[in-house]
Amino acid sequence: MSILVGRDTRLVVQGITGREGGFHAQASREYGTDVVAGVTPGKGGQRVLDDAVPVFDTVTEAVRETGANTSLIFVPAAGAPDAVMEAADAGIATIFCITEGIPALDMVAAVEVVREHGARLIGPNCPGATSPGRAKVGIIPGSIHREGRVGVVSRSGTLTYEAVQAMTDAGLGQSTCVGIGGDPIIGTTFLDVLQLFAVDKETDAIVLIGEIGGAAEETAAAWAGEHLADVPKVAFIAGRTAPEGKRMGHAGAIISGGAGTAASKVAALEAAGFRVAGSPTELPGLLRDAGYRG
Amino acid sequence: MKLQEADAKSLLVAQGLPVPAWTVAHTAGEARDAAAAFLEAGADKVVIKAQVLVGGRGKAGGVKLAGSPAEAEQVAGGILGMDIKGMTVRKVLVGPAADIVKEFYLAAVLDRAERGILLMGSAEGGVEIETVAEENPAAIIRLHAHPLLGLQDFGARELAFAMGLGAHLKAAVAMAKGLVTTMKAYDADLVEVNPLAIVRETGADGAIVERLVCLDAKITLDDSALERHPGLEALRDPDEEAPEDKEAREAGLTFIKLDGTIGCMVNGAGLAMTTMDLVKRAGGEPANFLDIGGGARADKVAHAMRLILADPKVNAILVNIFGGITRGDEVARGLIEARAQQTREVPMIVRIVGTNAAEAATLLEEANFQTAASLDEAAAKAVQASRAADAAGAASANVTA
Repeated sequence: MSILVGRDTRLVVQGITGREGGFHAQASREYGTDVVAGVTPGKGGQRVLDDAVPVFDTVTEAVRETGANTSLIFVPAAGAPDAVMEAADAGIATIFCITEGIPALDMVAAVEVVREHGARLIGPNCPGATSPGRAKVGIIPGSIHREGRVGVVSRSGTLTYEAVQAMTDAGLGQSTCVGIGGDPIIGTTFLDVLQLFAVDKETDAIVLIGEIGGAAEETAAAWAGEHLADVPKVAFIAGRTAPEGKRMGHAGAIISGGAGTAASKVAALEAAGFRVAGSPTELPGLLRDAGYRG
Repeated sequence: MKLQEADAKSLLVAQGLPVPAWTVAHTAGEARDAAAAFLEAGADKVVIKAQVLVGGRGKAGGVKLAGSPAEAEQVAGGILGMDIKGMTVRKVLVGPAADIVKEFYLAAVLDRAERGILLMGSAEGGVEIETVAEENPAAIIRLHAHPLLGLQDFGARELAFAMGLGAHLKAAVAMAKGLVTTMKAYDADLVEVNPLAIVRETGADGAIVERLVCLDAKITLDDSALERHPGLEALRDPDEEAPEDKEAREAGLTFIKLDGTIGCMVNGAGLAMTTMDLVKRAGGEPANFLDIGGGARADKVAHAMRLILADPKVNAILVNIFGGITRGDEVARGLIEARAQQTREVPMIVRIVGTNAAEAATLLEEANFQTAASLDEAAAKAVQASRAADAAGAASANVTA
């Protein structure tokens, strides 16, 4: 099964004729993802990725001609919210937005439009998702994965790679790794992903990688404590040394008014039965300690 | 980006919200003149408020009343130059002291969990909302604006009645809707009016009237949206960010100066925070947060290194790169270039994994860099190097003495 991306993923890449879009569309394709289309307004009719993938002017056209069901967005910040809404309007079910630096209020509107269409948005400012051995949608390096049964969810990019690499090195494979994004307004939360993992028959353990800012880790922890009580679960929280009131790179990583601290998140996760690591390299060992035998 | 009270008030006025008159003074003399004008216009007293980006200005002695131009000059002279929580007061706001009937709290804030605009109102104004939230959470009324349509009249009315502003319904509805409009107009994360107050004023005909006004204002802008509001950049308080942080921002790097001795250079915000955390865990103190971003080229890396080395406290550097978009060999080239230009010798521990890590390793080896395989090992080595530098520094200081 896996979640969000898998063998039935039919991917359209919005912004495929750009440098980043083209590069990562190619990498996703080499990993085995079914990249069926690209969209760049005004460049419809071209073919890219060694002539293998047709480019369309609109997402609606791409869906009609290729049956695309998942979108990957590399459109610059000024146009990205529009690209998200276009994908939702065209009937795309799962939308990944990699773009960083989108104004938060633009995303408030875009998230609402996505919700009204019954679609799911992951991101923005996220690295995408990989279901090892099945499909990769986004910018996570394919080489760090190993097939397995641990579900990984994270707000970060490179920190996720660090954690996943540590898991793979320790022989712990993954069912799906999802980066939900570091912005304050994102389409899919920790809680949403945990709920997907909870019903996924191929996920037997959970790794959650959070960071300072907001209360999404606390909300997810409370739910997991109740609904994933018997599932081995570990976590890591970045930003224990971050000063209050400063945005730590991610637009959403900020402690304000004493809220959103690492201490509060660690406490909530531990109370919910997560084992919380002091370093990403400790995650595999803690997962074993928690009884995971995969 | 946080705005000073006076700038926040200007934005509220621009959106048609009622704010009593004020003048910004940079010197005690300017404060005296401003006070004289307000007193002549009929004010009994003037209020003089420090313009700094920290809460608790009143408690720190940064907000005072004056009854005459001479007193205003003296009070302003005392407040200007004052240090409030590490911020130097460079200007004061001077305005007529309000005759307050009742204080309220009203704010529009970006709600991450609900992914929308949340309005928070309370009849307990003038105190910090965090305190109210803790001591009497029921006293805060919460209401979400529609994500696409904004705050509707009925919602604003509900809020006004619940706050006990029924007698000023029209003004309260305009106020609540105005905060949301202000938020959208400037892409703010927060528009807070505390206190929002009913004040007693003497009209032109001598009659006493009560009206609802914004007595204080706090606005935080969304940094991601500043590009489309070019005029607002001028309102940035130079004290809000260190000069290094500013230089970094302009170079496309995210840099936050801290107090420690170990400089950190990392790609990715989450990993950069983690690197700081592991330095601390290994017994060291990080000197900075630095994210070179995805796909950084050699010249950007060299720039980042100059920023780190500009801090004289830095006595060891930890470079941690997990290549995805970023290519390890590009970073290695940047480090080699940076070291060639470097004016002082600082031990550098480099860990590069991921894309083109092998090429990076060869380059670093040829250039005699100290490397580490894991993040934990890199942190430990950096702390060790920093301690050795400390000890050497202490020894040479002894010799000099």
